[in-house]
Amino acid sequence: MGSTSAEHEHENENENENGKHSTAGVGRRDLIKRSAALGLISVPTMSFLSACASSGGDSGSKAKAGKKTAKNPLGVNETAQMEFVLFDGGFGKEYAQDAVKIYEKDFPKAKVKFSATQKIQSTLQPRFNQGTPPDLIDNSGAEQMDMGVLVGKNQLTDLTPLLDAPSYDDPNKKVRDTLRPGIVEMGQFDGNPVWIMYYAYTVYGVWYSQKALDSLDAQYPKTWDEMLAVCEKARKKGMAGWTYAGKYPYYIPFSLYPMIGKVGGREVLDAIDNLEPNAWKHPAVKACFDAYYELYKKGYILKGTPGLDHIQSQTAWAKGKALFIPNGSWVENESANVIPADFDLAVSAPTGIDSSDKMPFGTIWASGGEPFIVPAKAKNAEGGMEQLRIMLSEASSKNFTSKVKSLTAYNGGTTGISLTPGLKSGVAALKLAGANVLNPRLQDWYVQLQKEQIGVAGLGEMMAGRLTPAEAIKKIQGFADAAAKDTSIKHYKHQ
Amino acid sequence: MQHGKYRFIVGFLALPLGLYALFVVWPFIQSIYYSFTDWTGLSPEFKMVGFDNYKRMFHDEIFWKSLEHSLLFALVLPLVTISLALFFSFMINVGGRRRRGGPVVSGVRGSSFYKIVYFFPQVLSIAIVALLFAFAYNPDSGAINSLLRGIGLDSVQPLWLGDPGLALWCVMAVLVWSTVGFFVVLFSAGMASIPADLYEAALLDGANRATTFFRITLPLLWDTVQSGWVYMGILALGAESFAVVQIMTTGPGGPDYSTTVMVLYVYQKAFRDGQAAYATTIGVALLFVTLLFAAVVMRLGRRERLEY
Repeated sequence: MGSTSAEHEHENENENENGKHSTAGVGRRDLIKRSAALGLISVPTMSFLSACASSGGDSGSKAKAGKKTAKNPLGVNETAQMEFVLFDGGFGKEYAQDAVKIYEKDFPKAKVKFSATQKIQSTLQPRFNQGTPPDLIDNSGAEQMDMGVLVGKNQLTDLTPLLDAPSYDDPNKKVRDTLRPGIVEMGQFDGNPVWIMYYAYTVYGVWYSQKALDSLDAQYPKTWDEMLAVCEKARKKGMAGWTYAGKYPYYIPFSLYPMIGKVGGREVLDAIDNLEPNAWKHPAVKACFDAYYELYKKGYILKGTPGLDHIQSQTAWAKGKALFIPNGSWVENESANVIPADFDLAVSAPTGIDSSDKMPFGTIWASGGEPFIVPAKAKNAEGGMEQLRIMLSEASSKNFTSKVKSLTAYNGGTTGISLTPGLKSGVAALKLAGANVLNPRLQDWYVQLQKEQIGVAGLGEMMAGRLTPAEAIKKIQGFADAAAKDTSIKHYKHQ
Repeated sequence: MQHGKYRFIVGFLALPLGLYALFVVWPFIQSIYYSFTDWTGLSPEFKMVGFDNYKRMFHDEIFWKSLEHSLLFALVLPLVTISLALFFSFMINVGGRRRRGGPVVSGVRGSSFYKIVYFFPQVLSIAIVALLFAFAYNPDSGAINSLLRGIGLDSVQPLWLGDPGLALWCVMAVLVWSTVGFFVVLFSAGMASIPADLYEAALLDGANRATTFFRITLPLLWDTVQSGWVYMGILALGAESFAVVQIMTTGPGGPDYSTTVMVLYVYQKAFRDGQAAYATTIGVALLFVTLLFAAVVMRLGRRERLEY
């Protein structure tokens, strides 16, 4: 072996010297070196480059649409597989499994592939990139995929057919007409298409213990002077007025934004959402910032609050160290194990400044949670929408509410089941609000602006006393202006 | 000339080199490629945008802030951790008083116990350590402020992670705590291989502990210290710093961007904001910082190797 190859080598070298077949005549050593180098390069060819992280292309065959009937208004293919991926979070997965059972009963020949995960992004991002996403996704939790990007890159199906289909319970009523206020608008980004169906319904506001308030011989304050008076009363009893999730100060807007809306009117919040120039310089914003800053100035904020995370602040509040906390209706479930049995949890719409406010007391922020989406490249999009139609029936909604202590997008579904104190209070607050439900959109349109800039760098610093309201407003307006100019993010406007 | 030698070598090297190329070099090339696109990470479509991402990065204040913090991590953490670890391992192995009838060189009393204590944090996952300290730093009911109250310092109740001036140092302290044990063990192993007669000679000449340390232990341990330095620097620039900042800090990355680091910023851009291409751009910058760090350490640390 050695001798023969040596001969070859010799031949080749001779050829090289003679300058004949210069390309063919490569010494064996060179050949090995080159082929090794080639091996290293040939794996990562440029065509492979675009193929690896994003081997796009067609999703293959879509399921053929079935026949539209009264029982099957969306025309679901009765034999097609439907794949449903759920976020397995605070609401668990039982409610969805129950709804899947109904789907399977309605379409006995269809196979449903159901899975629940906390890692929405890590499991689904590659599938979006490959063009083979599931048919229905609950895009929620810490690993939520950015909705703005999904919409902007045409990755979602317009849910209008679902909204215009007859509801599951009443064929004479469209699904659209069975929903709570704000749900349809929240699913829109710009223009008419509805990309997202929010299933849970969250009430934001000021959460407190009715028992603690009673012990102070006080009512929930309707004006800011009353608020300061209640806080003073609380301080005399060794209790702080307020606490909040200091490490995640983007919880403060849950009561601050609807207050701004109440004081200055809906258009102030719309201007803020639309990133209009000087939107934050509106006098109502200044008045509300001043009011909150006064809580800090007068020492009504629980000591150490800026260093507490949401769980720690909720725990301190549940222990009675502070009276009020800005939060959402999930707090009842999240802090269930620290809230005492006789706490008598209640939520109120935010306190305003005084009687000259533009909107009446009761004006509240309520909006959808648990965003469900049907990908544009889903194989069985009709199936995904049909599953949502089932979930938006009264029976499924009741099942959800009684199992996870939260309202759903279905308007109603609270009679005949026993409600927890917080939930009951939430229903009452929504009733008081009537049509005065606000829906600030910064938190789903501009996540970075809302959380890290307005929340942490603006409000967080102000409530810790490191910025004055005027400085905070200037800083936040700067962030908003930068976001408005940033071409790398998609911009939205209220319709 | 031994025929077939190269074929033999290549046969052995092809597989590891191939794996290295596929799993190390290739992702780097891919990242660099993506940094020139506008890929969101959420859809298969993207187009080339030239140097747009790099231009944006140079004007991005948060990027500069995160770079500054990452560099601070890479400078301070190795310095503090390795100095502490050297001190501890010296005391454990060499620093003891000479006991009658005992060996010439020995550690302080109870050194075998300390060795275990120092190593203990190493068995905890960094996520658990970060969570534990997040509780300890709780200004309301955390261990540190409770201790301060317990000894009568009621007026000294810092906000720790809630204070922009303290937060970064709080995070660094956690990393020092959790990594120093590993280096104590590493340096102890190094010190064990230094011949005892060198110490004996030094002691006979009347050298004290400090002299022994700087004239004998440190020079003979230099190679270990140097690789420890590189390792610690990479850890401070990479995954470990991400874990503690992500788990412990306000925001995370706050308050007011006081703790944001490059790895966190990469993560936020890629997985929160859906700007994967820009994230890879920052990743490329991080690659250069890491390479630069290793190069500087290797250059500064070059010394004559001592044979013993």
